[in-house]
Order: sequence, then structure tokens, then C-alpha cells
Amino acid sequence: MATASIQVAETPLVLYALRRADDALILGHRLSEWCGHAPMLEEDMALANMGLDLLGQARELYAYAARVEGRDNDEDKLAYLRDVRQYRNLLLLEQPNGDFAHTMVRQFFYAGFADLYWRAMMKSGDATLAAIAAKSEKESAYHLRHSSEWIVRLGEGTAESHARAQAAIDDLWAFTGEMFEVDDSERALIDAVIAVDPAGLRAPWFGMISDVASEATLTLPKSDWMQQGGRSGRHSEHLGHLLSELQSMQRTFPGATW
Amino acid sequence: MVTAAFTEAELRQLAWDVAAQVVDPEIPVLTIADLGVLRDVAINDGRVEVAITPTYSGCPAMNLIGLEIELALQREGFRNPKVRTVLSPAWTTDWMSDDGRRKLREYGIAPPQASSSRRALFGVQQVACPQCGSKNTEVLSEFGSTSCKALWRCLNCREPFDYFKCH
Repeated sequence: MATASIQVAETPLVLYALRRADDALILGHRLSEWCGHAPMLEEDMALANMGLDLLGQARELYAYAARVEGRDNDEDKLAYLRDVRQYRNLLLLEQPNGDFAHTMVRQFFYAGFADLYWRAMMKSGDATLAAIAAKSEKESAYHLRHSSEWIVRLGEGTAESHARAQAAIDDLWAFTGEMFEVDDSERALIDAVIAVDPAGLRAPWFGMISDVASEATLTLPKSDWMQQGGRSGRHSEHLGHLLSELQSMQRTFPGATW
Repeated sequence: MVTAAFTEAELRQLAWDVAAQVVDPEIPVLTIADLGVLRDVAINDGRVEVAITPTYSGCPAMNLIGLEIELALQREGFRNPKVRTVLSPAWTTDWMSDDGRRKLREYGIAPPQASSSRRALFGVQQVACPQCGSKNTEVLSEFGSTSCKALWRCLNCREPFDYFKCH
């Protein structure tokens, strides 16, 4: 990699915006990997469309993080010139696409959370965050409906689709706890009515996930052991590979535009 | 430059009329005024500043729309026009004008319905076919050829059609 990584002054608000931006960018990139490979044309378009929504959300959040930081960084530098350990996304979202069921279960777990999260963030005392949330919640509502319908379709489909959907739920379950994690930096923002307290979202999220899973005749794991680390930059091996592709152009030809 | 013979209010109206004519590159029958994307036009020290609101977060048409507004204003003699994006209040399809809805239908795209049912997870929507008017239609995909459209099919005339999603 030719270009050195940037340094980011991670004040609580910068870090908060970065975490949400990284979530959107990494999942958006994962969805874009389906482009041209989805099981049918309609799904190819759906996955690319959702990826585009997420990329748009990421851009707004990166631009805001850069403004708050007030240094030399901008949305492109934040996306292209930070290394793996500087990324703050949820581990769930960097997991490989796997089969279609894995992609849909990952999408379902996150969209169910994001939909609640954005709606709560619309009440943020920070006007920019509230405005970004007001746009994003309209998009997440569609993402949630799309993935919920697929969970039911896969669960109630053939023995093969049911088995794959169940395997995906079992594989990804341990990554869901991280969505509700809060550290000291975020706690201060929650107290200041800027950040959303995810603790209050856990029960509605679980209720919604359970209802859809039950309609889909799928079972949620009983285990409550949860993987964590993404929010502080400790990632699975998959993120480095993803970033090497996402960043290769800017790292090789710094500042390239077209 | 459109000269100082105009009052500021007249200049503003002129600039608004020019900006309002810019069309959506993906749906060229709709102007940004029809869409409700054009939010405000202001004159600051003789310089026009146009405020637009993005439809979908990642809609790639927004960059082009901004560029088209600048070009249209420059063609009419406004120097260094500026386009800025406002996020709040968030754009909604409820802002689309009745004229815009009619033009969409005539173009073959079913206009957005009232947004009340958007939250229903497995809610049933009824969308009339823009070709034959039948309500005997079904959704093929929630995501269509652009961020703002879903793909539907008419079971009466058998034609597929785009539906401009509620947002």
C-alpha cells in the first residue's frame, strides 16, 4: 500500500459518527459484492439498491465526522485511508456473504436493529444526526421488509432452503450482541441526549426477530455468548481482505478522481 | 449577469423559475419542482444559492441535478451560482405535486401512494396499473431500476410497470 493511513482525532462525537458510518460502508460494500452474482435479476437489483442506500448513509456520516473533527480529513480519506484497526464497524457486517441465506440473515439482523436505531436517533439533540436518521429510517424500513420476507420464504421453502437459513442464523447469532454494546465514550453522548441508548432497543428487536423467525419455522439459538471487538477496532480476519479491495485504488493512486 | 435592473425579489423569482425547470435525469418528465426536491432559492450579494434535498441517501442523480442547476443558471446569466444540500426536513414523496403525479402516470410509472402503509412489515399495498388502470396488480420486486422505484406487474393487461415508492 503506497499511501500511509491517516490519523483521526476520535473525540466521542467523531467516534460515534464513524462507528455508524463504518457500519453502513462495510455492509454496503458486502452487498455490492453480489452485483452480477445474485440468484436472480430482481435480487441483483435489490441488493445493489440497498448497498447504494447504505453508501449514501455512510457518506453523510463520514462528512459529518470530518466536519466535527475539523482537521484535514474528509469523507473520502475516512473511508479510504484508515487501516483495519481504525475501523469501528460491527463484526456482523464484515462477515463474508456466504450463501444467499447468510446474506439475508445478516441483513435481517442488522436492518431490524438499524430501523429501530434510526427512528430513535431522529430524536437526537444533534440536528445533523437527527436529519441523517430521518432519511435513513425510510430506507431501513424497506431493507427490513425485504429481508423479513426472504427469511420467511427461505424458512418455509424447501428442506434445503430451511437448513441453509437455520445454519446462517446459528452462525451469525453470536455477532448480534455487539449491536447493543455501549462504552464510556458513547455513554457520555447518551447522557447528553445526542446518542441513542441501544439498551432500550434490545427487547423490541428480539421480539420482532422472534416473530419473523417463528413464522419462518426457524429457531433462534439459546446461547447468549456474544462476540465483540469491532467497535474498538478488533476485527475478524475478513475485514482486512474487504478493505484491501475497497481501498486499493486510492492507496495505489493517491487522490485519483475520474 | 442578469443586471441590477431587477429587484432582489425579481431576481430570486427568475432564478427559481430557471432552477424549477431542471429535470430528474432518471425520470425526465419530472422537474425538480414537481418532485419537491427544490427547497429554496436565495440571493446573497447578487449570488444565487439554491437549496435542494436529496431523495434517497445514495441517489446518484443528486450530483447531476446539482450540476444541471448550476449550468441552467449560468446559461441565464447568473454568475457563480451555488447549490447546497439540505437534509432536514427529510424529503418525502408526499411533496410530489399533483401535476408531477399525473405526469408520472402518463409516462408509465405508477405514482407513490399515501405513505401510511409503509411501516406495515407484510402490509398489502394496492397500486393501480398506469397502463390500463386495473388494480389487479402484484409486486415483483421492492427494488427496481433506480432507488426510488419498485417493479410491479399488472395481472389484467400483463404489462410490467415501475412504481414510484413511498418515501
